[in-house]
Amino acid sequence: MTQAQDSEPESLRTVQVWRGDATGGAFAEYRVPARPRQTILDLVTWIQRHIDPGLSYRYACRVGMCGTCAMTVNGRPRWTCRTLLGTVAGEGTLRIAPLAHLPVIKDLACDMAAFFDKWRRAEGRFHGIDSVEPEIAVVSPSSPERQAADAGIECIGCGVCYAACDVVGWNPEYLGPAALNRAWTLANDVRDRAGVARLKAVAGDAGCHACHSHQSCADHCPKHLNPTRGIAGLKRLAARAALKGEI
Amino acid sequence: MTGRAEALLWLAQRASAAVLGFCVLVHLATIVLAVQGGLSAAEILARTQASLAWAAFYAVFVLAVAVHAPIGLRTIAREWLGWRGRSLELTTLAAGIALAILGWRAVAGVVLG
Repeated sequence: MTQAQDSEPESLRTVQVWRGDATGGAFAEYRVPARPRQTILDLVTWIQRHIDPGLSYRYACRVGMCGTCAMTVNGRPRWTCRTLLGTVAGEGTLRIAPLAHLPVIKDLACDMAAFFDKWRRAEGRFHGIDSVEPEIAVVSPSSPERQAADAGIECIGCGVCYAACDVVGWNPEYLGPAALNRAWTLANDVRDRAGVARLKAVAGDAGCHACHSHQSCADHCPKHLNPTRGIAGLKRLAARAALKGEI
Repeated sequence: MTGRAEALLWLAQRASAAVLGFCVLVHLATIVLAVQGGLSAAEILARTQASLAWAAFYAVFVLAVAVHAPIGLRTIAREWLGWRGRSLELTTLAAGIALAILGWRAVAGVVLG
C-alpha cells in the first residue's frame, strides 16, 4: 500500500448490494469502512468477510486480466477490480447489482452460459483445414486483415458490452457485441476456412443486422475495444456475400 | 426471414439513405431559394409543370423514401411490438407500395397537372 493510500481517511459508507436469485430479490444496505481509492471489489469482499458470509459474487485475478468480477456499479457495467470507489460514487450513493441481460444465479453472480452459447452460435471458433498445413501461414502484421483482427482480438469475454447493449435487452436472441466481435476477428483470419458458414451464422435479425450502432459496447468496454466497428464490418461482408448469392 | 434477405434489406436501406441524403439537400435548398423571391404557389407550379428534370428528381426521391422508410418501420415494429413473421413482411411491403403510389401521384400532380 502506498503512502498516499495510507493517509487517505477511512469513513463509514452505506453500500447497497443486490441480494436474491433468479426468482427475484432486493437491495440490502451495509455500512462499510471505505477509502476513495479502494476498489468496488474490495468493498464487496469486505461485506462477505465481515458482515455476511452468504454474499455470492465472482472474481479471480483481481488485477483486470480475467474479467470475472464484472458487475453493475451505479447503473454501469464495470470490472469491479479496476473501479475505484472515489471515481464512481464520490461521496454519493453506491449501488452494486449483477450484470444486466443475464440470469442471476445468486446475489451478484450471473449465469454466463447464454453469453458464451452465443459465441458458439456465431461460429466464434477457429476453423482450420482438416489436414496439417503444408506450410506455416505467413500473416503480415501490417496487412489490412491482420490490422482489423488486431483491433478486436484483446476481448477477454467479461460480458460488460453484453450487459451495456440496448439491443440485447430488446431482442434476447441477439448474439451481442462480444460474440460478433469474435466472429469479426475470425473473419479476418486468413487461415480460417469458415467464411461463408460464419457469415450465415451472424447475418439476420439475431445477428449483426440487429445492431443499431449505438456504441454502448465501445463506450463501456474496459479494454477500449469497439465491437460496433467489427459488427459494421460483418454487415459489409454479409452484403457482399448476399449479392454473390453465397449466403 | 433468411440472413441473405436481411443482408439485402440492410444494403437497400443504406443505398436509399445515400440517395435520400442528396435528395433532401437539393429539396431543402430549392425550398429556401424558391421562397426567398416571394414566389406564389401558382408561380412554382408554372416552373415545375412539364419539367422532366423535376419529375425525374422527385420520382427518384419518392422511390428512395418508399424503400428506406418501410425497412426502418419493420425494425421498429419488431423491437417495440415483438411483431414478426409473414404478416410483418407483407405489411412492410404494403407500406412501401403505398408510399410509392402516394408519392408518385403527388409528383404527377405537380409536374403534369
